[in-house]
Order: sequence, then structure tokens, then C-alpha cells
Amino acid sequence: MRSSTYIPSPTTLKIRRGLSVALKYTILILVCMIVVSPILTAILGGLRTTGEFIARPFGLPTRGIQWENYTNILEDNIFWRSVRNSLYITLASTTFTVILSSTMAFVFSRIQFKGREVLFNILSLGLLFPLGIAILPIFLQIRALHLTDSYWGVVMPLVAFSLPSSTIILRTFFRAIPPELEDASYIDGCTRIGFFVYILLPLARPAITAIATLQVIAGWNEYFLSLLVLTDSKKWPLTLGLMQFQGDHATDWARMMAYVTILIVPAVIFYLFAEKYIVTGLTGGELKG
Amino acid sequence: MSALGAQVRTITRQRDKTHPRRINFGKWGTISLFVLPGLLLFILFVLVPIAKAAQYSLYEWDGFGPLTEYVKFGNYDRLNDHKPFRSAISHSFFIMFLSLTVQLPLAMMLALLVGRGKLRGRKIFRMILFVPFVFSEIITALIWMYVFHPGEGLANVAFGTLIPGFEGQTWLGDRDLVMYSLFAVLTWKYFGFYMILYMAGLQGVSKELEEAARVDGANELQVLRYVTLPLLGSTIRLTIYLSVLGSFQQFAIAWILTRGGSPANSSHLISTYLYKFGIKTFRLGYGSSVAVVLFTISLLFSLGYQRIVLRRDYAD
Repeated sequence: MRSSTYIPSPTTLKIRRGLSVALKYTILILVCMIVVSPILTAILGGLRTTGEFIARPFGLPTRGIQWENYTNILEDNIFWRSVRNSLYITLASTTFTVILSSTMAFVFSRIQFKGREVLFNILSLGLLFPLGIAILPIFLQIRALHLTDSYWGVVMPLVAFSLPSSTIILRTFFRAIPPELEDASYIDGCTRIGFFVYILLPLARPAITAIATLQVIAGWNEYFLSLLVLTDSKKWPLTLGLMQFQGDHATDWARMMAYVTILIVPAVIFYLFAEKYIVTGLTGGELKG
Repeated sequence: MSALGAQVRTITRQRDKTHPRRINFGKWGTISLFVLPGLLLFILFVLVPIAKAAQYSLYEWDGFGPLTEYVKFGNYDRLNDHKPFRSAISHSFFIMFLSLTVQLPLAMMLALLVGRGKLRGRKIFRMILFVPFVFSEIITALIWMYVFHPGEGLANVAFGTLIPGFEGQTWLGDRDLVMYSLFAVLTWKYFGFYMILYMAGLQGVSKELEEAARVDGANELQVLRYVTLPLLGSTIRLTIYLSVLGSFQQFAIAWILTRGGSPANSSHLISTYLYKFGIKTFRLGYGSSVAVVLFTISLLFSLGYQRIVLRRDYAD
């Protein structure tokens, strides 16, 4: 019965495999083009004049490359002030997220006490309410605490909303470290805190780097909170600075795209270095290579 | 000199007695030191605001002064009657529907192409495909405003070249098109995230099982349908969950691309509606009622989904 099954000859198989590989490459190259072309268009846009843009929005620079779109921005003190503000927000929120979530994860994974599961479940509730959904009540709370126009008003909610996910990721990681190690370190005279600082944290470094990386991205890209909380333009991060080119009637497209390019470059460089950690953070370490 | 020496010696002896380099707070000391700061922050900025929103939503309140004008469910009644809010809800569901039927399958297909196998250069493809994920939402929105420019933006030029006789579209100004344009941008930004999750899931799919199916005469599509996809079940269920919740959270990209719901408030999502009619106009009681509707949808979906669908994934 089986002999009636059609068995393709080796050459047919080879052709078929070749076709399927070609198809795969076609799909991938097409999708990659769709992903990359908007970015390239924006970069090109930053090299042209707004006049050129209005005449023909899409195209190569015809009046020479407009480097002054870039130099104007880079020579502006306001730009560097925004860079500093963005760095403040990013560094502060990353530092606090790492410290607070690792200490909480330590207790939730290593110390038994009554009410632990209840506390942990309350924390997990936070996964249901992302920052974007709760923005209005948070804004009101920030105002009630007199934190408007303060970086803390941006940093603290950012940290609070990242605590559930980062604590859960770290807790899973800490649990995987054998309890024998903990017992041995106590016998050697280590305290709980000593064990946490000198043994657990170094062992969990990949997971902690992953969390830190994700938080760096979240802090650097933060927009909505700053928009509501920071009314003083001296405190604006880079993401808010972008809006200065968008007038009510006319948009300075060339300058805006130059600004976009300036922000894209460090993001892509950071990405190239940190891709591994971003992926680890998102997948809980399941994806390697 | 000798007095100083004695002093130092006393201090050292004291330090020895209290083991200063081995601070021990005891069990409860450690627990409070380690948990309280984070928990406090969480309560202060997550739990309390959400609880308060429920209270505010029962008042007419401009955000200043005490809550005096109690209107019971008046805000909710007005929401129910406001046409832009109804369309905002249906738009959020529309984005959710397209995410599940287009974005996730696309991410799955790409994960199958670059997630494993011997395809040369798959790591480079993976890197390129994942790039938009690190861009901020506002950069994403501005890049795409440029692409969708109604004159000769990239979108019109590309379609004009590929399709003869194609007429330039106002991608973001046309109420029949704007939601699709928005969805395209959201897909561009987020499919990489789901692709990465699927790739992680694929690592757990046993190659032996797939090979066994092939030996038994299954073709590639059958292997995918009856072996690979079922084995990816828990990952797929997780991405559906994240995708649904994500659809209801979209704000920044939608706000910038639709210029605050234009034309004529016809392109709102729930979140942009909240910002425009609750925050920008200082009708904070009204805005809070929108927030409560948003919480309730997310909460009901999450609880239901976890009870019914995700339960089997927690079986360990």
C-alpha cells in the first residue's frame, strides 16, 4: 500500500527546498524593507530643508545636505538641558526599580512569613493597570502630594508601575538558586543581608541587567507622565522637546526629523549593545542565541 | 597620645561587640527594610489613585477645591450618551480585533522564519525586525506622520509606484482610513515584541516530535497545524492576553497621529478620549469615570481570561 506513495526524486526535493528558501528570503526582505524605510525616510528628511519638504515631502536632498538642521539643534543649550533631564529621569527610575524590586523579590522568594502570599498577590494586581490606563488618577495623586514640576513626580510612578513585573521576574530567578547555598553562607557567618548582597545579587546579574535595560528604555522613552507633571519647560525631557517644532499651523518638518534622527541614533546604538538583555528580560531568559 | 590610643581601642572593642560589619536586622527587620519602601510606593502611586478614581467619578469636579457636587452616576450616564465615547470604545475593540487577527499571526510567521532553522542571516533579520520596539512612542508617531504626509509622503509615493492609477490618500485625515493607518503603525512598533515571545516559545518545542510527524507523512503545514502550534499553546495564550490589554492602553501614538481624535472627534480611542474630554478640559470627575470604565474592562477581561484560559498554564 505504502509503495503507491509518491516519492519525489532528489533533484525535485532540491529545487523545492531552493524555492522555499527563496520564498522565505523574499518575505523577510520585504518585511525588513517595510520596517526600515520609514526610519530612513525620517533620516533623509532631516537632511533637507522644510521648503523642499513642502514642495515634495519624500525625496533626496536637492539643495545640498542641510547639516545646519543638526548643528542648530546640537548647538542649542535647550537641547542639552533636555538630554540632562532625560538622563536624570532614566537613571533615577532605573536605580530605584533595580533596588526596590530586587529587595522585594528577595523577601518574596527567600523569607517565609505570614501574609507573604497575600502581599505578593496584591503586588501582582499591579500588572492589570499599566501606567497609560491609570494616568489621570496618578496625575491627581501627584498633585495632591505636591510633586508637580518635580522629577520625583515622574520617577516615582514610573518605578511604582514597573515594580510588579520586575519583582515577579526576579523572584522566579531567585527561587532557582539552590537553598543549600543560603544555608552554607549562614553557617559561614553571613547575615541575611550579607547573603543577599554578596551572593544572591552577583548570581542574579543577568536577570538584573535585563530588568535595568528594560527600565532604561522605559525611562528614556517616557512621555505621558512628563507631559502632565512637568509644566516647567526647563524640566522637559527629550521626548517633550520634540513637540517644539510642531506649531498650530505649520510644522518645521526638517528640524523635527533632524531631532528625530538625533534621538534614534543613541537608541539604536544602545539597542545593538543591549539586545541580548532586552530579549532576556522580555522572555524571562528562555530565548538564547 | 596614649589617651587617644585608648579611645581608639575602646571604639574598636565596641565595634567588635556589635559586629558592625555584619549588621543583622533579624527576620522582621529585614522584611520591613526590604519590602516596605517598594510596597509603600506601590500603594501610593498604584492602588490609592485607582481607588480614588472610583470616588471622583461620582462627582462633578474641575480638580480644584473639595468634592462637593455629588452627581451619583451622572458622569456615566453622560458617557453613555456621548457619541465620540461610544465610537472610542468601538475603535479600541477594532484595534484589539485587528491585533489578534493580523498582528499576532504576522509575528508568528516571522518567528517561524527567523526563530530557528538554518536560514542564513536570521540573526540579522531578527535584529532589524525588532528595532522599532526600542523607539519611543512619540518618535514612532512623528516618523509615521512624515510617512503619511498627504502630499508625497512615503506611503503615497510607495503605493503610487506599485499600483498604477493610485490616488494619493490623506491617511490620517480620512475617517474611513485613519484607524487602519493607526493600526499599521501600532503593528510596525509592536510585532517585534510578540515575535520575540514566540521565538522564546519555539525553543521549547521538541524537534523530535516534529520530525516524528514528518516521518509519518505529514507535510509542513500539517506539522505546523498539529504539532508546532499546539505545543506553543501557552505562549499563544499569553500573547493574546498581552495584546488585548495592550490595545486598550494605546495612547501616545494615537494621540499624535490623530491629532487628538480628529477629524471631528471621529478617531478617538478610550485613552485619547479620556485625555481630551477629561484632562484637557479639567472635567476630572468625568475623566475619572472614563478611567473607571477602562479599569473595569481590563479587570473583567483579566480575571475572566485567567480563570478560563490561562488556568491550565499555571498547572505546575
